[in-house]
Amino acid sequence: MEAYLFYIVATISVAAAVYLVFEKNPVFSALYLIQIMVCIAVLYILLEAQFIAAVQIIVYAGAIMVLFLFVIMLLNLNVQEDVKDALPFQKIPTIFLGITLFVVISIVLKSKLFQGRHGEYTTEYVNKVGNTKIIGNLLFTDYLLPFEITSILLFVAAIGAVMLAKRKI
Amino acid sequence: MITITHYITLSAILFTIGVIGVLIRRNAIVIFMCIELMLNAVNLSFVAFAHYLNSMQGQLFVFFTITVAAAEAAVGLAIIVAVFRNKETVNIDDINIMKW
Repeated sequence: MEAYLFYIVATISVAAAVYLVFEKNPVFSALYLIQIMVCIAVLYILLEAQFIAAVQIIVYAGAIMVLFLFVIMLLNLNVQEDVKDALPFQKIPTIFLGITLFVVISIVLKSKLFQGRHGEYTTEYVNKVGNTKIIGNLLFTDYLLPFEITSILLFVAAIGAVMLAKRKI
Repeated sequence: MITITHYITLSAILFTIGVIGVLIRRNAIVIFMCIELMLNAVNLSFVAFAHYLNSMQGQLFVFFTITVAAAEAAVGLAIIVAVFRNKETVNIDDINIMKW
């Protein structure tokens, strides 16, 4: 059951990623990206990361992609004008280099470099206590400083976005 | 049986497609979306490693990555809006004022 679900979702996400790259209309690209994000949220649930799956749907597919679509429609980019490609010979080498990159990543991952140390959060323990509760506990104890820095980062980003997009300060 | 290799392979495929998209597309917003795709691929490998190593650090790191991605999207889209206001285009071939 899990294997079927994984293969279906993986196929959909890879197909959507290919369409995202080769689609002419940016609005459709954004919709394909939303589809990929939902597929990855399903994979998170298969990996028993329920909190991250919910955050993925709410923040990524909900907030960030709405921002993207909003900007696309604000700039009226959904009508794709025919622009001349300045570097048309770049496409074929890029695809070959991309395949090379994939092969290199595969070789690195297949070599037994990543023999990590096993942690204490087994599936049974996580299911007993609750995924969200464990993440919350860790966030407000061990990872309190990064969490606070995150709030500063979001504050700076909000100010920066307003400063950049405003016509006259 | 789905092992970690399946998830890592899927993550590598998605990352590679994102890299190809960044290199061959000329629309700044589509390039930005391909960067988001690469971030998502890396997040997937984080969660996969965290699951198979019985660890929580991967999921926490994904949480922080999503936060940084949100900040990056806000600032990046603001930059694109500012560039579009000045140049009337988001085609990166026409945006070359910082090119030597």
